[in-house]
Amino acid sequence: MTRVINTLKKPVTGTLIAILMGFIVAGFILSFAGYNPFDAFHALITGIIGRPKYLANIIVKATPLILTGVSVAFAYKMGLFNIGAEGQYIIGALAANLVGIFVHLPLLIEIPLVLLAGMAAGALYGGLVGWLKARFKIHEVISGIMFNWIALYFSNWVINLDIIHKANTSGAYPIDQAGWTTLFPNWKSTEAAAHFMTEHPYLGDILRTDFNVGFIFAIVCAILISYVLYRTTKGYQLRAVGDNTDAAEFAGIDVKKNIVQTMLIAGGLAGLAGGLSIAGNAPHAVMQLAAFEGNGLNGLSVAFIADGSPIGCIFSGLLFGGLLYAGQSIQYMIGAPSEIINILIGTIVFLVALKDIVVVFANRLEAKQILKNKHKDHPDTPAPGAPADLNAAGMKGETGAC
Amino acid sequence: MLNTITLVIGITLMYATPMAFAALGGVISELSGVTNIGMEGMMTIGAFVGAATGYFTGNPWLGVLCAGISGGVLALFHAIAAVEFHADQTVSGVALNLIGPALALFFCRQAFDGSAVTQPVENKLPKLFGSNATGILGNLNVDMMVIIAIILVAIAWFVIYHTRWGLRIRAVGENPAAADTLGVNVKLVRYVCVILSGFLAGMGGAAVTLSIVAQFSQTSIAGQGYMALAAVIFGRWLPHGSYWACLLFGFAQALTVVLGGGAIAVPTQIIAMLPYIMTILILVLFVGKSRAPKADGVPYIKGRR
Repeated sequence: MTRVINTLKKPVTGTLIAILMGFIVAGFILSFAGYNPFDAFHALITGIIGRPKYLANIIVKATPLILTGVSVAFAYKMGLFNIGAEGQYIIGALAANLVGIFVHLPLLIEIPLVLLAGMAAGALYGGLVGWLKARFKIHEVISGIMFNWIALYFSNWVINLDIIHKANTSGAYPIDQAGWTTLFPNWKSTEAAAHFMTEHPYLGDILRTDFNVGFIFAIVCAILISYVLYRTTKGYQLRAVGDNTDAAEFAGIDVKKNIVQTMLIAGGLAGLAGGLSIAGNAPHAVMQLAAFEGNGLNGLSVAFIADGSPIGCIFSGLLFGGLLYAGQSIQYMIGAPSEIINILIGTIVFLVALKDIVVVFANRLEAKQILKNKHKDHPDTPAPGAPADLNAAGMKGETGAC
Repeated sequence: MLNTITLVIGITLMYATPMAFAALGGVISELSGVTNIGMEGMMTIGAFVGAATGYFTGNPWLGVLCAGISGGVLALFHAIAAVEFHADQTVSGVALNLIGPALALFFCRQAFDGSAVTQPVENKLPKLFGSNATGILGNLNVDMMVIIAIILVAIAWFVIYHTRWGLRIRAVGENPAAADTLGVNVKLVRYVCVILSGFLAGMGGAAVTLSIVAQFSQTSIAGQGYMALAAVIFGRWLPHGSYWACLLFGFAQALTVVLGGGAIAVPTQIIAMLPYIMTILILVLFVGKSRAPKADGVPYIKGRR
C-alpha cells in the first residue's frame, strides 16, 4: 500500500494517468462519431511503429517541438509565458536560411554557422520581448503575440525579395548543401547508395527520410538547460524570481537583467529549432506562410505535458510528434478526421493541468492508512475514515499540491 | 475624402467587433480572478456552431445563441479546472486552444461530408441600414453585432463599476479571502464569470461566420482570440479599455486595407505588419502601469492565506 501511495505521489504518475485518460476520452468521442476506437488506435500504433521510416519521420517532427518546448519550459520557470516562441522559430529559420544561401564554406564551419545564425536571431527576437518587459513593463504575452505576426509577415516579405526567392517555388533558395545536417546528403543520390538501400531495407527506409542529426542537438540542449536550471547559481536565481519576484529582488537578484537573459536563452532555443529545421529537412528553405505552422505554439503543450521539466520535454515532444505524424494514418486507414489527434493532445494537456488531484488522492489514502495503523495500536481512537480526519487529509493534500 | 474616412470607420468596426466580444469576456473572467487564454478556442467553436446552426435552421440569431452556448460549455471545463481543482489556468487555457479548433473541425467534417468548410449560411445577420444602402451609408452599414458589442460593453461597464454584483466580482478578483469572509460565494462568482466569458467569446466567433463571412472555415478564426487576449491586457482590464484596444487593432487593419489599395508602393507584407508594430509602439510611448487584478490566475483555497 505504501508503495502504491509513493508511486501515486510521483509527478510522472499523474502525467501518465492524464495521457491514458486522454486516450479514453478520445476513444469515446470517436465511438460517439461512429468509428471504432480500437481500429483507430490500431491505426495510430501502426502509424508510429509500422515501419522504420515512420519512426524516423516522428523523430524529425519532434526535434523542433522538443526545443520550443524547452524554450517555453525554461521561461515559465521564471514566470514568463513565452507565447512568442512561434515568432522566434520563424525568425530563426529565416536567419539560418539567409546565411545558408549567401555563405559557402566547408561543412564543418557551414553547419555551425547556419545553426548559430538561427539561434542568434531567435535569441535577439526573444530578448527584445524581455527588454520590452524589463524596460517598459510591456507584458510578454502582448509583445509575444504581436512579434509572432510581425515575424510571419517579415519572413514572407524577405523570401519574396528577388535575390532570395527561388523562381517557380513558394519559397526561398535552399541553403548550401554543406549546411545540411541530413545523413550523407551527397552519398544518398549515388548509385552505390541506391544499391545499399535495396540491400538493407530497414536502413534504406530510414535513409530515404529527412532523418538528421538535429535530434541530438535537441537532446543536448534539453540536458544543458536542465543543468543550468538546477545546478548553477544562474538557474537558482531564475527559479527564485519565478517563485517570488519581490523576495528575489529583496535578496539582491537583478530581476530586470534576469528577465532579459531568460528571454535571450528561450528565444535562442526556439531560434535553434528553426535553424535545425532548415538544416535538416527538405527543401532546406523557408516557405511562404499562410498561417502559423504551430512549431512554437505547440511548444506550449509540449512544455506543459512535461510539467515544465526540460528533460521531460524530450519525451513529450516525441509523444506530440508521434501523435501528429501518426494521426494522418487514422485518417487514411479508418477515415476518421485527423483532428481527433488534436482533441486527444488537448485533452491530455487539460488533464495534465488537473493532475494534482492524484497527489491529493494519494495523501488521502496515506492519511487513511496512518489512521488504520494507529487504530491497530490503540483501539480506543476513532475508526479510520471519520469525516473530520478525511477533511484534514484533504486540506493537507491541497497544500502539498501547490 | 469623406468616403475614405467612413470606409476606414466601417472596416475598423468590422475587424474590431469579433475581438471585442472575446476581449470583454476576457476582462470579466480576469476581473473575477481567472485568467482565460483559451479564448481562441472558444471563438473557433463558436464560429463553427454559429455557422452550422445558421445553415441548418436558417435563423442567424439562433446561431449566435448556440455559438454563445458552445463557447460557454468549453469555458465550463476551464472553470471546473480553475475553480474546482485549482489547476494551472495557463495550462488549461492552452489546452482549450487546442481542443476548441479541433472539435470545431472534427464536427465540421462530420456534419458536412468530410469538408473542413461549412456550407454558406443563407441568412446572414441584418445590417444597420438594411441591405441596400450605398455610398457613405453603405460604408457605415455595419452589422448588428457591432451595435450589440457596444451595448454589451456599456452594460458590462455599468454592472462592474456601479452595481453590487460588479463590486463582488472585483472583490473576488482582488482579494477572494476577504470577499469570502463577507459572505460572497467566491466559487459561484468565478464560475459565472468564466462561463460568461466563454459565452461572449463564442458570440465573437459567430460575429465572424454569421456576419463578416457566411461560412466557417479553418481560417475563420486565425489569431483573433490571441489578439483579444492582448486587448484585455492593453485595455488595462477595463471593459471600455479593452474595447478601445480592439478598435485600435481594427483601425490598424483598416489602414492596411486602405493603404493596400495601390496608391503607395509598399509591399503588402510590410503593410500587414503595421497593426502589430503600432501596438508595440503605442505601448512603448504610453508607458503606463497596467495592473492585473491582484488574485488573477491564483486559485482560491478556502482557509489558506
